[in-house]
Amino acid sequence: MSLTDTADASTGLAFGDEPSTVQENSSMDVSTSDIPETAVGQPLVSDPKMTMRNVDVFYGEKQAIFKVNLDIARNEVIAMIGPSGCGKSTFLRCLNRMNDTIVDCRVGGQIELDENSIFDAKLDVVSLRARVGMVFQKPNPFPKSIYENVAYGPKIHGLASGRTELDEIVETSLQKAGLWDEVKDRLQEPGTGLSGGQQQRLCIARAIAVSPEVILMDEPCSALDPIATAKIEELIAELSENFTIAIVTHSMQQAARVSDRTAYFHLGYLVEVNDTETVFTNPSHRLTEAYITGRFG
Amino acid sequence: MSTSSLIVIILIGAFATFMLGRQRSLSVAAPLGGKRHLHSLPNYYGSFSSLLWAIPALGILALWLIFDDSVIYNLVWASMPEHLQALSDQERSLIYNQIQGIAMNGSADPSVDPAMIKAAEHMNSLLDSSKTALAIVSILAGIIGSAIALSLVKETFQARNKVESIIKVFLILSSCIAILTTIGIVLSVLFESLRFFQSVSPIEFLFGTHWSPQIAIRADQVGSSGGFGAIPLFTGTLLISAIAMFVAVPVGLMSAIYLSEYASHKVRDMVKPVLEVLAGVPTVVYGFFAALTVAPSIRNMGESIGLSVSSESALAAGLVMGVMIIPFVSSLSDDVIHAVPQAMRDGSYGLGATRSETIRKVVFPAALPGIVGGVMLAISRAIGETMIVVMAAGLAANLTANPLDAVTTVTVQIVTLLTGDQEFDSPKTLAAFALGLVLFAITLTLNVIALHIVNKYREQYE
Repeated sequence: MSLTDTADASTGLAFGDEPSTVQENSSMDVSTSDIPETAVGQPLVSDPKMTMRNVDVFYGEKQAIFKVNLDIARNEVIAMIGPSGCGKSTFLRCLNRMNDTIVDCRVGGQIELDENSIFDAKLDVVSLRARVGMVFQKPNPFPKSIYENVAYGPKIHGLASGRTELDEIVETSLQKAGLWDEVKDRLQEPGTGLSGGQQQRLCIARAIAVSPEVILMDEPCSALDPIATAKIEELIAELSENFTIAIVTHSMQQAARVSDRTAYFHLGYLVEVNDTETVFTNPSHRLTEAYITGRFG
Repeated sequence: MSTSSLIVIILIGAFATFMLGRQRSLSVAAPLGGKRHLHSLPNYYGSFSSLLWAIPALGILALWLIFDDSVIYNLVWASMPEHLQALSDQERSLIYNQIQGIAMNGSADPSVDPAMIKAAEHMNSLLDSSKTALAIVSILAGIIGSAIALSLVKETFQARNKVESIIKVFLILSSCIAILTTIGIVLSVLFESLRFFQSVSPIEFLFGTHWSPQIAIRADQVGSSGGFGAIPLFTGTLLISAIAMFVAVPVGLMSAIYLSEYASHKVRDMVKPVLEVLAGVPTVVYGFFAALTVAPSIRNMGESIGLSVSSESALAAGLVMGVMIIPFVSSLSDDVIHAVPQAMRDGSYGLGATRSETIRKVVFPAALPGIVGGVMLAISRAIGETMIVVMAAGLAANLTANPLDAVTTVTVQIVTLLTGDQEFDSPKTLAAFALGLVLFAITLTLNVIALHIVNKYREQYE
């Protein structure tokens, strides 16, 4: 199943793909006229962790996300699925303002974390990212030792008052990421020397070392083999006890396995949000059904 | 036939053999059902025939031009009468030059030895027959080569592979030229240095602290005591280079960080070329800027706070040299910093690091090997720089660490030793080669260290 993942290797930024998607699908009658104004299903929840209202994203002149309304509940795992170029990664990157680093990228609408706007001028984007951590598509450990990789976040945020406390944070983070037993004897070796799956778990350990409230995962398994993928999926299930997780995935099986709710994006629109089981067994919208039954994507 | 018209003929022939080879491959292919039955495209057969024409022809031309002078020299001397044969080598080359002059322009001077006029005539006839023979032999070689090539053209002949391996040989030869030139330079400097070390001991040269490169003509001459201790020169070089690096490394590095991490695309596109204009300023211009503007203002400033500053100071030369090197450091570092993958930055930002933390703790360490390489290159450049120092730092070989004093550097001394009329058998002149050799050894060592550092960190980081 992870073989299909690689097809969407560049969803994050490559919006140039989108026109080709439109062409491919034109024969299947999936034009934008078919897309509902507001997503069908249950996009909103009570007492949400994060809320997004009328979120638009533009790359220069080109609009990539259209008026998305969505809530993320506390301690849930929400999966975002959709065909290549549908904007799911772009949307995810709005949630901790990672799109700020992209020149020409504009985000409109309102996004709140615990009822505070993340665009508030008083809110430091740095502290936002400490609360909303991120794991990327490709494992990107720093060219430092395993220990330093995990200690990086706690150090810059001053989370540890001494060496012993820092050691503790590193150890518990690595344990939570299920990597401790594999690396405890070689913490000083470079993180880049680990295998792909280990590197990705190191990145997860690095993200949870700053004790975020929300973890965003942008196709965390698309560069990994099936065994490493299974480990990460197990890990996501464990992490959901303590964290709120939003995961973008290109694999529907993965979404079905790990998530509580699933959101289906199409050409920049949020089409349908519902309990994962409902989405996969009884989708309400024709486009969702077409996608999950493999008619396109 | 003159050499240039021969070259033109060979080039025309190359084109003709290309067309012939191509045509022949097509006619071979025609009965088989078109060119797709050939092993290679027709152009490859054409190129192959063309190369087999041009390489032998041009090769013989090149060899001929290299060796015909000495062959003619020997033939002319072999025909000389006894009284000229007996001369020493130096006188021989003098006479040979005269003969060449007569051969070229003719001589109406009746006082010229008739033997020489005869030799000149002999030389002219030799030159003529040499040119004719060259034309015949090289074209013949080309014809044989292309005939072989054309006879080889068959549908199974692997012309593409052959052409590519010939091209590979050319690539190897080109890279050999750079290496052989380096070896040649080192050897020529080395042999002259060995001659120098016959009259001055290497110990004195390397560890002596007195530099006064002169050799007495008479024993009782004033100032006859020459000193060849190179220590003051090397300390001068080090002092000025250190000052230069002190300016160039921080400024260059910080401007590189600004350009690659903070500046918007617009600013970067404007500032980077402007910064690189600095690298295009001729060093002579930097030199008089240092001598006429910077040095006097340093002296004035020093005097106003009660320091004695010589009008030519190491500080002035070092500062200006530092400015000159800024674009090296900034441009190379900028490229290296730019090459750090965006994923590294994203990872750091995603953990809530600020831009400056990301640069200091992630981007800079990842770029460090390349930056070190750039800095080492800049140091080599500083050590080898001459013009600024000649004009701004002076010629006084003081052994001092005070940047306000006048000092001199190795390169400046090489220039002063080798300008003007020189005799190439005195230690004074030969000292320049010894200095050059040591300088070469130092910059080579620096480059090797730089490479080593770069490789070491690269292994660790990938």
